[in-house]
Amino acid sequence: MLTAVESLPVTGKPPSWRRTARRLLSTPSGLIGAIIVSLYIAIAACGAVGLTPHPPLAQKPIDRLQGPSSEYWMGTDILGRDVASRVIKGGTNSLYVVVLSVSLATFAGTLIGITAGFAGGFVDNIAMRIMDIFFAFPAILLALLVVTILGSGINNTVVAIAIVYTPIFARVARGPVLSLKETEFVQAANCIGMRSWRVLLRHILPNTIPPIIVQVSLALSWALLTEAGLSFLGLGTPPPEPSWGQMLSESTGIAEIAPWLLFFPGMAIMVSVLGFNLLGDSLRDVLDPRMRGSR
Amino acid sequence: MLRYLIQRLLMAIPTLIGVTVLVFTAIRLVPGDSITAMLGTEAGLLTQTQRAALESYFGLDKGPVQQYFSWIGNVFRGDLGYSVRLGEPVGDLILRRFPVTLQLALMSVMIAIVVGVPLGISSAIYRDSAIDLTGRLFALIGLAAPNFLVATVLIYVLSVYFGILPNAGNFTRFTDDPVRNLSQMIFPALTLGLAFSASIMRTTRSAMLEVLGMDYIRTARSKGLREKIVISRHAFRNALIPVVTLTGIEFSYLLGGTVIIEQIFALPGLGRLTLNAIAQRDYALIQGVTLFIACNVVIINLLVDIGYAIIDPRISYADGS
Repeated sequence: MLTAVESLPVTGKPPSWRRTARRLLSTPSGLIGAIIVSLYIAIAACGAVGLTPHPPLAQKPIDRLQGPSSEYWMGTDILGRDVASRVIKGGTNSLYVVVLSVSLATFAGTLIGITAGFAGGFVDNIAMRIMDIFFAFPAILLALLVVTILGSGINNTVVAIAIVYTPIFARVARGPVLSLKETEFVQAANCIGMRSWRVLLRHILPNTIPPIIVQVSLALSWALLTEAGLSFLGLGTPPPEPSWGQMLSESTGIAEIAPWLLFFPGMAIMVSVLGFNLLGDSLRDVLDPRMRGSR
Repeated sequence: MLRYLIQRLLMAIPTLIGVTVLVFTAIRLVPGDSITAMLGTEAGLLTQTQRAALESYFGLDKGPVQQYFSWIGNVFRGDLGYSVRLGEPVGDLILRRFPVTLQLALMSVMIAIVVGVPLGISSAIYRDSAIDLTGRLFALIGLAAPNFLVATVLIYVLSVYFGILPNAGNFTRFTDDPVRNLSQMIFPALTLGLAFSASIMRTTRSAMLEVLGMDYIRTARSKGLREKIVISRHAFRNALIPVVTLTGIEFSYLLGGTVIIEQIFALPGLGRLTLNAIAQRDYALIQGVTLFIACNVVIINLLVDIGYAIIDPRISYADGS
């Protein structure tokens, strides 16, 4: 289930990012999460520059359904394509979708949330009711609806996922703005005649960043799962371009004779999501001491 | 209390209206005209008069606002449109498929509670012990493993090691043959339930840890109450509130979020109906099912909110936010 992170305590002083990173890496789960996410990014980068053992789209029917070996580290699929190369390239495609969609959702959601929270009254009410409408749709259903309208394809998947997660960011960004508006330092800035947009950019925005950063790390894992789910249904990254969800879907029916087709893409999804979850949870612990040890 | 309930009810109305507007607009944003979308390549065989007659029959010759009010009027009369592809009213199709999804969601939630709640309580009571570590590891893996991966692995294990094919054969309704129905539903329910039990475990553990650190628990212990009573009567009852909320919300999402699992296990529920409607570009059906699911989510969330307010006296009824 998708949930917005709880509001972090408002201090009026944004945390030092160097200290946050040091504290994050000093916890075992934060360190493991950071290592997994770094590995995921490194693998995706290899796929992006073509550093794969074999061309990911090249078919070699003579070598079809070969088990893992020194030549094919993760075996081959039914068309004789190298699974390891496809897992690497699948990582590139999933990272592309995940980063772009979460960036779009973060930008749009934060803009909506901050504007609504700062303006208050009618604007806030309308914006939040619109967000409630989007919350009425289960994530995968909303993504399917958007893909139906736009058609399947990697960029349309980006838009679909961004639309699904925008309301969550709007809620997360709005919460701290409501509390910050009432703080003495913001009221003092208003009293000395500072313009509204300057108060917003200088005093409010920096304090909304910690919960948004935590939400980004969690949304990355949800976006990865949604992309994999859409691709599993054949509505995400279009073939022959590889995607982990689509590779998993292709394994159904032949996993009994070629279990590596199920194992490697499955592990790739699970480990990447685990990495983002560990990183997100640790970030939340570091940025909100109230939550420490509660998970 | 009454004021709070009325306030919550009134807040749900604009959301429901917004849902109808969104679904109506979304389907009209699909490229191409509705008649071609409905009939596909067969639309090319229509004469100008036939096309005009069809447009008049479906009200497509009116303006969008008029079309919306005409559509919403039909929805209130229980008419969700007609599926050209399946040759049946959308309402009838939904009513026939909904019980399958509802049963799947109910069974999944039951499995999740049976697994997640005891695990969460044990984890909190024996914090940092082997039980706690196992429970937290289970939750971490449960949250990281997508349900379609769990389903695919489950089918693989069952077919290779036990010779069972859980997604084969015709679906049997509970009313026709309960045993056969349960044998068909148990694996998809387990798949969804185990993933959800990870969230329940974490919420229960977190809520129990918070409650166990409170003064009234220390008081209960210091007056000599047995630990079992402190846990069951004082801690668990208060820790239950967020778990109940999570369960309610998750249940509402399960009613529309079982798409992939229904597809994998070949269950004729609402999710599979939606997927088939998308594959066949059956827009009346997509519109009807989406509207039905979204309204369900809004109504169940409203009931959860009201139930939450009833069971938790700490909620301020004056604050409607």
